[in-house]
Amino acid sequence: MQNLINILIKTIFVENVIFAFFLGMCSFLAVSKKIKTAFGLGLAVVFVMLLTTPLNYLILRYMLQEGALSWIHPSLASVDLTFLSFILFISTIAGAVQLVEMVVEKFMPGLYNSLGIFLPLITVNCSILGASLFMQEREYNFAETTAFSLGAGIGFFLAIVLLAAIRERLRYSNIPAPLQGLGIAMIITALMGLAFLSFSGIQL
Amino acid sequence: MSTETSASLATQETKKEGLLSKKNIQILRDPLDDTNPVTVQILGVCSALAVTVQVKPALIMALGVTVVTAFSNLIISLIRNSIPNRIRIIVQLIVVAMLVTIVDQVLKAYLFDVSKKLSVFVGLIITNCIVMGRLEAFALAQKPWPSFLDGIGNGLGYGIILVVVAFVRELLGSGSVFGIKVVPQWLYDMGYVNNGLMMLPPAALFLIGIYIWWQRSRNKNLINAS
Repeated sequence: MQNLINILIKTIFVENVIFAFFLGMCSFLAVSKKIKTAFGLGLAVVFVMLLTTPLNYLILRYMLQEGALSWIHPSLASVDLTFLSFILFISTIAGAVQLVEMVVEKFMPGLYNSLGIFLPLITVNCSILGASLFMQEREYNFAETTAFSLGAGIGFFLAIVLLAAIRERLRYSNIPAPLQGLGIAMIITALMGLAFLSFSGIQL
Repeated sequence: MSTETSASLATQETKKEGLLSKKNIQILRDPLDDTNPVTVQILGVCSALAVTVQVKPALIMALGVTVVTAFSNLIISLIRNSIPNRIRIIVQLIVVAMLVTIVDQVLKAYLFDVSKKLSVFVGLIITNCIVMGRLEAFALAQKPWPSFLDGIGNGLGYGIILVVVAFVRELLGSGSVFGIKVVPQWLYDMGYVNNGLMMLPPAALFLIGIYIWWQRSRNKNLINAS
């Protein structure tokens, strides 16, 4: 249990998906102009991440890894299909996002309207696929994978809402013209990254 | 994701012309600077930052992205008339994922140490917005050859940013380029120290921010593009 909490805190603060790995920067920069939309996107990312990463773990564990197919027939035990992981992971994510979109539209129209166009866009958010690939590389078990995906989602949520809050204030400041927009957003993200570095002193 | 700038190029159909006509050269050259995928179109920032601690992995990564972008553009452009519009995203993802798997396997076979360093970022080429962005904005409406050139151009434009950032980070951060020491020993003896900040993730963001600043103050048309 303590191990899981450690992973959760570590992925939110110390190894934040945005500030330490730059995953999902595209939507991070594009959708952080208003707090409200940033909040919606962040929420959607947490949700999809928490759904797809454990799902991909199951696919990896019971279909792709060496020996994973032995539950079908013992003679399949030596089959190693991990080279297919990219294609299967991205298909799972695309499919899951589509499914989530349909379910949310049918049963929670309020939430659907507030998330709007962000749901389908999440398919190509690097942080989602990144979480699945990190899960594969670090060889987490199922509980750890769940904690990790929750942490990564919350980390993204935290980062995008913080940046949106800062950018709303920026409208009143006097920035050199060539630096406006993307340039200053980059530099602010860097400064936030420096601030988040202070968390790396935490002993876990 | 501001792909509009170059989408205008995509609307006009080309007539019969040479393989390297003026217009095709422009398709190849524009993404290097004026419509650079990273700094102007804001595509593919994700991986542009993470693999730039040293020049060598950055170069390999740039090469991988160029190959994937060029060939996915080519393939999608070849089959563009037979892809149903509603499922085009899935088709694109599968084509891209297939190409990335090939790149990943080649790297694992021939350049294992670099492949270890790049870790998940090779796989993340799939969701690299440059690839999808160019497929959507260019390859779906253009003939195969211009699409191929567009892919190469955008891959190289991405590569330029990667190599510039990696060069500065490696030079200032560990005093070397391509793993070869370039800062002489007497400088260290005089009290010069490597800048540890350059090895940390935020340095990449600072450098790209400064690059954008420099690019936009040189080319005023780009100001307020986003």
